[in-house]
Amino acid sequence: MEFPILSFVVFTPIVAGLIIFLIPGDRKNEIRVAALAAGSLALLLSIWVYFSYDIEAGGYQFVEQYSWLPQLGISYNVGIDGMNAPLVLLTGIVMFTGVLISWGIDDRPREFFVFLFILATGVFGVFVALDLFMLIFFYEIAVFPMYLLIAIWGWKVTREYAAMKLTLYLFIGSVIALVGALAMYFASGLGTFNMVALEDAGFSTTFQRFWFPFVFFGFAVLGGIFPFHNWSPDGHVAAPTAVSMFHAGVLMKLGAFAALRVGIMLLPEGASFHMPWIILLTLVNVVYGAFIASVQSDFKYVIGFSSVSHMGLVIMGFATLNSTGMLGAGIQMFSHGIMTALFFAVVGIVYDRAHTREINQLGGFRKVMPLVTLAFIIGGLVSMGMPGFSGFIAEFPIFMGLWESHPWIAVVAAVSIVITAAYIIRIIGQVFFGKMPENFVGHITQINSLDKIALIFLTVVLVLVGVYPPIMVPLVNSGVENIMRIIGGA
Amino acid sequence: MYIDYSMLLAILPQISLMVLGGIVLILELVLSRDQYRNIGWVTAIGMGFILLLTIPALPEEGSEAIWGGMIRNDWISYIFIVMVVFGAGISALFAMDFRSLGKRGGFFVLLISATLGMTFMASAADLVLLFVAIETSALSLYVLASLFNDEDESAEAGFKYFLFGAMTSTIMLYGFSLLYGFSGSTNIFGIAESFRAGDVPVGVIIGSLLLVLVGFTFKISGVPFHFWAPDVYQGAPTPVAGFLSTASKAAGFIVLARVMAVVFQDISLYWGAIIAAIAVASMTLGNLLALAQKNIKRMLAYSSIAHAGYALIGLVAISMMGLSSMILYLVIYLVTNLAAFGIVSAYGRIVGSDDMSAYYGMSRRSPWLAFALLIALLSLAGMPPLGGFIAKVFVFAAAVDANMVWLAVIGVLNAIIGLYYYLTVLKYVYLYRSEDEDKPLPVTRPIKVALAVLTVGIILLGTLFAPWFDFATTAAASIF
Repeated sequence: MEFPILSFVVFTPIVAGLIIFLIPGDRKNEIRVAALAAGSLALLLSIWVYFSYDIEAGGYQFVEQYSWLPQLGISYNVGIDGMNAPLVLLTGIVMFTGVLISWGIDDRPREFFVFLFILATGVFGVFVALDLFMLIFFYEIAVFPMYLLIAIWGWKVTREYAAMKLTLYLFIGSVIALVGALAMYFASGLGTFNMVALEDAGFSTTFQRFWFPFVFFGFAVLGGIFPFHNWSPDGHVAAPTAVSMFHAGVLMKLGAFAALRVGIMLLPEGASFHMPWIILLTLVNVVYGAFIASVQSDFKYVIGFSSVSHMGLVIMGFATLNSTGMLGAGIQMFSHGIMTALFFAVVGIVYDRAHTREINQLGGFRKVMPLVTLAFIIGGLVSMGMPGFSGFIAEFPIFMGLWESHPWIAVVAAVSIVITAAYIIRIIGQVFFGKMPENFVGHITQINSLDKIALIFLTVVLVLVGVYPPIMVPLVNSGVENIMRIIGGA
Repeated sequence: MYIDYSMLLAILPQISLMVLGGIVLILELVLSRDQYRNIGWVTAIGMGFILLLTIPALPEEGSEAIWGGMIRNDWISYIFIVMVVFGAGISALFAMDFRSLGKRGGFFVLLISATLGMTFMASAADLVLLFVAIETSALSLYVLASLFNDEDESAEAGFKYFLFGAMTSTIMLYGFSLLYGFSGSTNIFGIAESFRAGDVPVGVIIGSLLLVLVGFTFKISGVPFHFWAPDVYQGAPTPVAGFLSTASKAAGFIVLARVMAVVFQDISLYWGAIIAAIAVASMTLGNLLALAQKNIKRMLAYSSIAHAGYALIGLVAISMMGLSSMILYLVIYLVTNLAAFGIVSAYGRIVGSDDMSAYYGMSRRSPWLAFALLIALLSLAGMPPLGGFIAKVFVFAAAVDANMVWLAVIGVLNAIIGLYYYLTVLKYVYLYRSEDEDKPLPVTRPIKVALAVLTVGIILLGTLFAPWFDFATTAAASIF
């Protein structure tokens, strides 16, 4: 038997979490070291998976299947294709850097890492799932630790409210999707939850048109689709830094990915029927999200709403239902994940030192933290879609695909790039290059080397994908081909 | 009547419960009052031993009626006997150190006699035996609920429970007498046969159905006969409340399922609609009222009303899938709710309060107990990888399978309300601070043992669910 690499990826975090829970709570350094070891292991495993995927061969690789509940055709079934391989890598990267950034957490770090790792296992599980039941199982595992992570370690002012709002939104979405999944299972008559088999189930057109919105929106809530995006900025802002990174960086992709995997790929006729109006919703996401971001006075809210805007681009890419748009969306999921993790790491670093996030009260951080400044500028360039950075590789195909299918929407959506540039440049100008308020002078401490490693790592990934696209594009393209085969477009 | 070996084997659990009860009675005479607590170990280990004893007596596939048709020896009885015996054993462990409960003479005997009644409820196929079994368990439970008779709350709980219980029993008994009067048989299969012959007008059958349902709905604390539950759970000693909300409820469910599926098989459309209404009302009312509670035992009481509603969804589906999912639901719910009440009794014993505000800062005081509570409450909320998720998914699946998507939708909406109040408790536990954070929280050994078994059980039920589902399917098939 082959080495079950994907199972190792999925279960490394949760096993590490269990081990960490056995360490006495007051031995905080041991706990952190154990967490870092687990994070590094998960990162290495995910890098290995990513680079050993054979693009020539295509299809699902590293497949493992064990029957779980044979009577109902439920199995533990995992595999990797071009679409989810980058997401596994993304999760590994964010988990690793998230542990680094969370080094300073002093209130019950043991519980923090346990919950964070349960979350990570849920995320990995969804990304590699080939079984519909398993996907939902892990999806919900990823939802509930969020509540505790935000409520316990979050920003004191809004954490209780934001955590509950976020959890209920996501739970409502997931249970509605669950009902849709059950309907699919029984309607198919195949007696299996295997998604590869369900792709050929031949659901009737009426069935697909009726159930598509439930399944698609059920998951897309977590992708932040308008008008169900409301939980997202509040949640991001209230969460502690590593959780914001995880949340905006990885969890929102979870929603978008599941909407694609279950909604679009299993109910393609429903998708082509409903997408014309869903694309308008994503247009609201993209443009309105950017506008809202530009008028925020709170640094973290700007980033929170920019996530809404960028995730809109992802779902917009899906909604084009053509291969160019899908390709862009696939890369955008990865690119935005890294970029927004970087942003939230920077926000966390600034807030920890300034104790305020009001943009007007910040300034001059370039002098004390050149590395942080550079990292943020690179992240900003990515988010504007500058050539030479991963954002360009992602957004350009999305707009191309959009131009093929809905030229007018492409024109309107392009406005968001300008707005994005405006709010990013405003932050760079004020926070990093402006005049440092007097009460800060001499009080801003340097960042430690762990933070530096995290920032450098994230930045390098963004640049690497930008200057050397072949590292990702052919891979995602092979995944897109599979999707196009199913939804029957060009 | 000739009694052969297999007939005795079939009621082995009941016989051994009698023996255990005798041993406990003798021990109470022999031991001094200080040593009464140890009877709890005897009871719990005895219950464990009974579970082991039943393994060679496993029923065959299908089912047989023995003891002149009084008793059914089938898988569904077996599973419910295991459930109530397990619940009693765990409750004995929780009760040992709960204030003066373990030291009171009679507690463990009453627990065993209640369990004995429930095991007969699980296997009775005759209305007379059924009624005797129900009353055996009920009378013991009335006393158990009021065991702290020097406290107003406990006395009130017992008395309330007794009054409502006696009233609904009477109505149910009237229903039984009608069934007998019109069919000329007390055996549930005999009644079903005579109904099938078509001599009895449908109106009469529906009338007796309604009367019988009153008693059963009371037992499972379904709306509209739920209102005793919060007061009784709150007032009764916590381990007793835990026992009431799990084993007693499970026993009620098997009686309900058996009588509905067998006696009223031909009018399943009617009772399907009635049970569906009870399910919807129980879920919705239970969850909504749980939102407003300030006392954790009351909150758990309303949540247990809601859970009765979820489990009923399986019965409403009137299918093999539905019945097996209901059985699985009850198994998982029993384990989970026992854990929740166990933690509440362990914690309440030390802090002396069951108010939600007493739970502030619990995780700092005792991370392990807090984690166990996290597991129990999230399982009740239906979160994977815990048992509650599987339980909910399968009852909803049964509803979708039976073309009752609307019922599944009501179910999932209720699950969302449920999540809210369970999370609120976890917020108190993990987030809020209290002045007593640094005080130690001694958890005694019996409670540790019981909680370890239950939390591992919750996780096992939620991750490796294939064997349990197999059992449930076999059991569901044996009901007819």
